Amino acid sequence: MERVEVLKTYKVYIGGKFPRTESGRYYIPENGKGEPLGNICSCSRKDVRNAVVAARKAQGGWAGRAAFNRGQVMYRIAEMLEDRKAQFIDEISFQGASKKKAEDEVNTAIDRLIYYAGWCDKYTQVLGSVNPVASSHFNFSVHEATGVVGVFADESTSLIGLVSMIAPVIAGGNTCVVIASESLPLSAITFAEVLATSDVPGGVINILTGSMTEMSKPLSTHMDVNAIAYSGKDVDVLRDLEENSVLNLKRVRSYSKDWLKSGSQDLYMISDFQEVKTTWHPIENIGGANSTY
Amino acid sequence: MAAKKTINQGVEWNYSPALESTSHVKLKSKYDLYIDGKWVKPQSKKYFKTINPANEDVLAEVAHANEKDVDLAVKAARKAYRNVWSKMAPSERAKYIYRIARLMQERARELAVIESLDAGKVIRESRDVDVPLACNHFFYYAGWADKLEYAFPNRKVEALGVAGQIIPWNFPLLMAAWKIAPALAAGNTVVLKPAETTPLTALKLAEIIHDAGLPSGVVNIVTGYGDTGASIVNHPDVDKIAFTGSTGVGKIIQKAIAGTHKKSTLELGGKSANIIMDDAPIDQAVEGIVNGIFFNQGHVCCAGSRLFVQEGVAEKVIEKLKHRMDSLIVGDPLDKNTDIGAINSKDQLDIINGYVKIGNAEGAEMYQPKCKLPKSGFYCPPTLFMDVAQSSRLVQEEIFGPVLTIQTFRTVDEVLQKANNTPFGLAAGIWTDKGSRIFNLTTKLRAGVIWANTYNKFDPTSPFGGYKESGFGREGGLQGLGAYLKMN
Repeated sequence: MERVEVLKTYKVYIGGKFPRTESGRYYIPENGKGEPLGNICSCSRKDVRNAVVAARKAQGGWAGRAAFNRGQVMYRIAEMLEDRKAQFIDEISFQGASKKKAEDEVNTAIDRLIYYAGWCDKYTQVLGSVNPVASSHFNFSVHEATGVVGVFADESTSLIGLVSMIAPVIAGGNTCVVIASESLPLSAITFAEVLATSDVPGGVINILTGSMTEMSKPLSTHMDVNAIAYSGKDVDVLRDLEENSVLNLKRVRSYSKDWLKSGSQDLYMISDFQEVKTTWHPIENIGGANSTY
Repeated sequence: MAAKKTINQGVEWNYSPALESTSHVKLKSKYDLYIDGKWVKPQSKKYFKTINPANEDVLAEVAHANEKDVDLAVKAARKAYRNVWSKMAPSERAKYIYRIARLMQERARELAVIESLDAGKVIRESRDVDVPLACNHFFYYAGWADKLEYAFPNRKVEALGVAGQIIPWNFPLLMAAWKIAPALAAGNTVVLKPAETTPLTALKLAEIIHDAGLPSGVVNIVTGYGDTGASIVNHPDVDKIAFTGSTGVGKIIQKAIAGTHKKSTLELGGKSANIIMDDAPIDQAVEGIVNGIFFNQGHVCCAGSRLFVQEGVAEKVIEKLKHRMDSLIVGDPLDKNTDIGAINSKDQLDIINGYVKIGNAEGAEMYQPKCKLPKSGFYCPPTLFMDVAQSSRLVQEEIFGPVLTIQTFRTVDEVLQKANNTPFGLAAGIWTDKGSRIFNLTTKLRAGVIWANTYNKFDPTSPFGGYKESGFGREGGLQGLGAYLKMN
């Protein structure tokens, strides 16, 4: 007798757990051949709010980790993704990409994680400064995470757009709530399963599926979200996000990049989600004026 | 050996031995040279023994590379540079270096035990300091490989080619990591010579590098003595010399490469001042003094070997320091209770004892706790010299052992004059409660690394290196990359 395959229920990822949407709703996206991709959670504004609560809770701890440790955790994500490469290639192909393109996408996603893992303990060295103020003070500027970032992932890819946005955000010590591609949601959730086994603390990355139009308002008007990252070219959507963000002065960053290209990654995607903090400290000025050995 | 504590019933309390197991350590009885991705017998046909300085047992025989062996290693490195390493995408280079870091982490315990066996270093330090830092160096520099253009804005950077690297015996694996990691990240290939008394962890690292699948010839490890190092320095096809060791040898190297195209980084000796101001948190400062000078038996180039204490607190600091020294345990490096392990070699022990003699002959007041030293092996109790003159050889020369000199001072001016009055300029420590005073002193001390209210802290992101005769160039951090790059 032929073995009956067990099908996976795609759930969402909030606070390190995999609940279904609290709304109980679903939608069925289809691939190019008209095959259904599955019963995907259609998240509500309540899910958005739960995810923001989880992200806020995790933010202090994540930003407080040694930069080196954040790098190690991100490297671990890449290791886990590499390990499940075949699964992602199958899944991305099933959603409509050619085998070759799917493989390229997964490889690029792994390498992108490694790229940003490397930045964790380096970006402050490149971006920070010691400022030669004219008074007797030691004055230096360092970068710190902006806080909780609402991420609207690229609609046209299932994995690489999502990873390319998440990686620089978390490398810099932020946590995030991510709205996955509505039409290609599968790899976002499978990626959440990678995250769950990669030493990433629960809540650092939260991934929701469903209608972007429905979730964009609760996310971009949420008073506990500090920044919005939008990937896409829809000027109307972007204008809405920017207007909603005024409420608590969210920083809005938008990207219309081809995430499969290596040029789509850079240091400045990290600094887009950073604040600059300058500290002044007095320097006592007695003695030693003649010490010039 | 174990410190004895007496409590009211007059019972003596000793620490039970807490020996680290060596059962998981895999050592070969004989090591050849690692050249071009293969273990090859030395052309010299010579081998030397490396011993455990804690008990003088022979650990393994190791090849003694001669000029011909070094030439083969340099040729392999050049070929790998030309054909493979310089052509590889930087992001792929990074992945190899990450692999090395990960494999080292996986074998961390074995590396720590071998380091303690071969170097006499206490297991607590090799386990918690040397090995993790070495792994982290590879991890940190791996990430730079594809980001070099950010490190040096407005420059087009390019690898130098073949780097010849010569490392000392005090932090054998860590120094190998400090050398190899930035060199590879910057796109160079490497010929590295570990010290003759501590070659084993570098050879284990060669195994790891091999297992990581690094292309043949990218890293070559040649063991040997000073003549092996000289062959590297004098080889015409080496583009860069990185050396950590004594100022004396550093000068020989600088002279040897003068007039050649070779670039160099020299991390040399030190005689670092550890300064205790009268407002310092005394108990913390005493721990800092102990860590500053007795860490790794004082075999530390940046050891806080000159203690300066402000007069108001001198008596108290010295009393507490002596008390703390009484509780230090000198003994088996593999015992987790041990604070001070074995002196790295007989030669080094003779040097240290020579300085102790000088101190006594000069009439300085010496203090050594009454601790029993193991019968075999090389050991030196923690030693303190008080009433030493600024001109004393104990104050002016690097001893490289657990020997501390104490001088007192009254004013900031005075301590800056005295602290800076040395040909060296590697490091310094400052202990004070007042932040503004820290920055006053850090501004005026002529040293490459300054620790405030801490000592002997190292991190891959933090540049390390000296002023004046402590050498030039920096290792670690963004600055550490520059030493391995051409800036166009």
